[in-house]
Amino acid sequence: MTILDVITLILLLAGSFFMLVASIGMIRLPDFYTRMHAGGKADTLGQGLIFLALIIYEGFTLISLKMLIIFAFIFIANPTATHAVAKAAYKGGLKIWSRDKNDSS
Amino acid sequence: MFSFIAVIILIGVFCVLFRAVKGPTIFDRVLSVNLIGTKAVVVIALIGFMHGRPEFMDIALTYALINFIGTIAFLKYIEKNKLD
Repeated sequence: MTILDVITLILLLAGSFFMLVASIGMIRLPDFYTRMHAGGKADTLGQGLIFLALIIYEGFTLISLKMLIIFAFIFIANPTATHAVAKAAYKGGLKIWSRDKNDSS
Repeated sequence: MFSFIAVIILIGVFCVLFRAVKGPTIFDRVLSVNLIGTKAVVVIALIGFMHGRPEFMDIALTYALINFIGTIAFLKYIEKNKLD
């Protein structure tokens, strides 16, 4: 087990941890806007760490260049899509959750 | 090692799928589908590494593009009730 394997394993575990945290946040949080907070950022960081681990494991080849392209695209596109969802929900008149009204949805 | 990470991500997919089925508004469902698409890209890349087939990276890249375009198109349809 070389030093590159150790770095790959640490990055893979960190990435899967962040993706799992994003998924649990989608269940646990009370409102659409707070769920968007969980899904927009933690998921992007998780996929970035996992692709970084795969790039380090692979080395400098054409495959790792393709993975770098996927990584950069998702890193830009996923927050953009989340922003678009938030804008559509705000224009659609979705109410923001507050602690006073105890509606647990 | 890759299969273990893929199993963890699939557990996350089932958590998000619960929200996609239950979700009170349609925006919850759109966000859930976007997250499942991102996780599917990662799982496709991991499966390509597990079986030693590098052409899976092209499929993952295409899936990422289609996921983004699909989310934007669906939101435009919700906002304006038409797609042209």
